[in-house]
Amino acid sequence: MIPSQVNFHKPNSLSEALDLLSGNQDAKLLAGGHSLIPLMKLRLNEPDSVISIGNLAELRGISDSDGSFKIGAGTTHSEIAMHQGLRQVLPVITQAAASIGDIQVRNFGTIGGSIAHADPAADWPGALLASGATLDLASQSGQRKVAASDFFQGFFSTALNGDEIITAIIIPKPPAGTRSGYLKFAQPASRFAIVGCAALVSGDPIAEIAVAFNGVSDTPFRDAGVEGALKGKTLSEEVIAKAASMAADGRDILSDHHASSAYRHHLARIYAKRTLNSLM
Amino acid sequence: MKKNSKKSHAEGHSKGLSRRGFLRGAGLTTAGTVVFTTGVQAFEAHTQPAKGTSFGPGSIGIEMKVNGRMQSLTVEPRTTLATALRDHLSLTGTKVVCDRGSCSACTVFIDGKPVNACITMALDVGDREVITIEGIARNGELHPVQEAFIEHDASQCGYCTPGMVMSCVHLLENEENPSLEDVKAATRGNLCRCGTYPHVFKATLSAAEKMK
Repeated sequence: MIPSQVNFHKPNSLSEALDLLSGNQDAKLLAGGHSLIPLMKLRLNEPDSVISIGNLAELRGISDSDGSFKIGAGTTHSEIAMHQGLRQVLPVITQAAASIGDIQVRNFGTIGGSIAHADPAADWPGALLASGATLDLASQSGQRKVAASDFFQGFFSTALNGDEIITAIIIPKPPAGTRSGYLKFAQPASRFAIVGCAALVSGDPIAEIAVAFNGVSDTPFRDAGVEGALKGKTLSEEVIAKAASMAADGRDILSDHHASSAYRHHLARIYAKRTLNSLM
Repeated sequence: MKKNSKKSHAEGHSKGLSRRGFLRGAGLTTAGTVVFTTGVQAFEAHTQPAKGTSFGPGSIGIEMKVNGRMQSLTVEPRTTLATALRDHLSLTGTKVVCDRGSCSACTVFIDGKPVNACITMALDVGDREVITIEGIARNGELHPVQEAFIEHDASQCGYCTPGMVMSCVHLLENEENPSLEDVKAATRGNLCRCGTYPHVFKATLSAAEKMK
């Protein structure tokens, strides 16, 4: 399969990339390309131009400061999965990164590319919602911050405007002693999540709790029902089983040839239970 | 291995139309979630801005370091690394099977890391070094992983084999004492429909012993 002919721009800086994008908002940004290129090959996406930003040094790397981690949007999943600081403080992030696709995909695919694409089955959204991440977006006219909870808006839809580039993902450091994790039921070939569950828990009794899902609905979500059933309690198998039984209740659950909505709902309960059990 | 030789491609793809039409109509999982035509935005052609370092859509000359040698090739910007290697440099050891980054048959190393050549654009390689399956044997001598694949009969139809070998070579370059679990993890992305996995695992563990 061969994509349609395309113009290819290789800017040398973020500002050059923003100039190119502002001049052609129908251009597609190419970071790792692991979401875009398959769609271009199928001619489901035939952009006039691509703007390659995967090699921009400004968008790469992980820094640790001011009570938060800043992950450059062009950082690969592998680089995130192997980051020692994140692994210690926010295993939910490194576990999500390590669960993406396979080594080949993780070595080239980027966090910014994945979240901009907003595939409901991608692994990042649950982990970013649960950890209270904020995204830095840049355009020619300036910068803005958008909470991950406001960023994902539906099936392949986000708050990103046509002239904007995600530059970084900011993840606040949780209170000391916070436990976190991400588990998923993966489609065996692509390793995309049919259901993925990310959770952060701190305190005993539980003071802070976040449980988020990706893959379940067209938009990733935090599950207030499960969280409410856990807050103020001490984690035990019974408490978790009861809370997990409410997972995804009242949600519009996806159905496709991988899994019916009833099966996905079942998996959401199972993976809420497994993820929370892993944090006991 | 032939050196830089024929140009090529760009013609003879009209047969894909009916299949593509079918796929479009049926919806298809290229990504994790099923993509229906209605869920994908169409993009209208626009005039490109004349800024930045811009190429295309016609062919351009690029240089790429492949298996230790600088190669000059002429490619359209839409060319993937897999196509550049196979059709432009005649390095057909790299196989294209699923053509969408799921099966890892097209695994090559970019700066020592295994990546999918089928969903990496040739123009994005830049000055990084590419190693293909043709670059694994040295001076006519097979790599211990390749020898072990022969010894343990780890190949059946053979389409996944180059990618499998690349994944296993990368593992052994980074892990002297791999466990069976390590080999399974390293080849998790490599899909083999013949079911050669047990032999691949045995071959890789035996190669690890020989490399000590």
